Amino acid sequence: MFEIGVSHYLILSGILFSIGFVGVLRRKNLLMLFFATEIMLNAVNVAFAAIGNYYGDLSGQMFAFFIIAVAASEVAVGLGLLIILYKKYGSLDLDVISSMKG
Amino acid sequence: MYEFIAFYVFAISTTVLFGITALSKNVLYAMTALAAGMVMISGLFFLLGADFLGVVQLIVYVGAVMALYAFAMMFFDATKDVKEKHGNPTLVFLLGGLMALVFVVMFSAPIIGENIQALYPVGLSENLGMSGNAQDVGLVLFTKYLIPFEVAALMLLVAMIAGIILAGKKMDYSLTECEAADDELKDEELKVELEKGEA
Repeated sequence: MFEIGVSHYLILSGILFSIGFVGVLRRKNLLMLFFATEIMLNAVNVAFAAIGNYYGDLSGQMFAFFIIAVAASEVAVGLGLLIILYKKYGSLDLDVISSMKG
Repeated sequence: MYEFIAFYVFAISTTVLFGITALSKNVLYAMTALAAGMVMISGLFFLLGADFLGVVQLIVYVGAVMALYAFAMMFFDATKDVKEKHGNPTLVFLLGGLMALVFVVMFSAPIIGENIQALYPVGLSENLGMSGNAQDVGLVLFTKYLIPFEVAALMLLVAMIAGIILAGKKMDYSLTECEAADDELKDEELKVELEKGEA
């Protein structure tokens, strides 16, 4: 009853990932969309660390480490692009800045 | 027992905080909830024995990434509530639930697999008379994962330069209207010269 196994962590990771996924699907503001992608990246990190712990392997932690590096550079570039978009359109709403009518 | 309590505290708080991030209308609330959720995630890493990863999570995510978001929020109007038009919320939540199911199945598939062996087992550094997660991580990172590590460093450098060029250039006026602004400036100078000539 009080044992916490790898499945607990994986279920938590799945729940967190789907929270991020719902955020990506329903958000229309670009900054909020970025927050949702951060949630998804974190959920996957938890899964990597949990499976690495289950097998007693360090590779899971290594991959989580590189994911953190990718996320950091993504934020640096993405926020620069957001600032330019905000200067151009005065808004970060996807409905306002979308130029392709489809 | 302690692990049980700690896991549920961290799990429930991350779920609630990330839920606030995904559903809140206020950018400031969403960002604060995201930062707090990251702290709780690092607690999960400590529980899993990945001490180094937990510390990196605290430094990089809660420290650097959140500071970047807070910095970027100075450019945007963060006090207004975000107005969003939602098309079909039931479909979104249905897709999210399906995604959770697919992910649990996908992640639990390797557990069923029998013949998986640890390539870099925890406790590598004990052969060298050391112990601890940071020593293990250092040994693996600087031997087997050295090239990815260097490539990640290069990628961070590229991202830094991209950030400087995208955000830092001509901060005082609009990037896209700079040519128009230059033209207006020239027009005004011409007018001033004309007026001087008339006088």
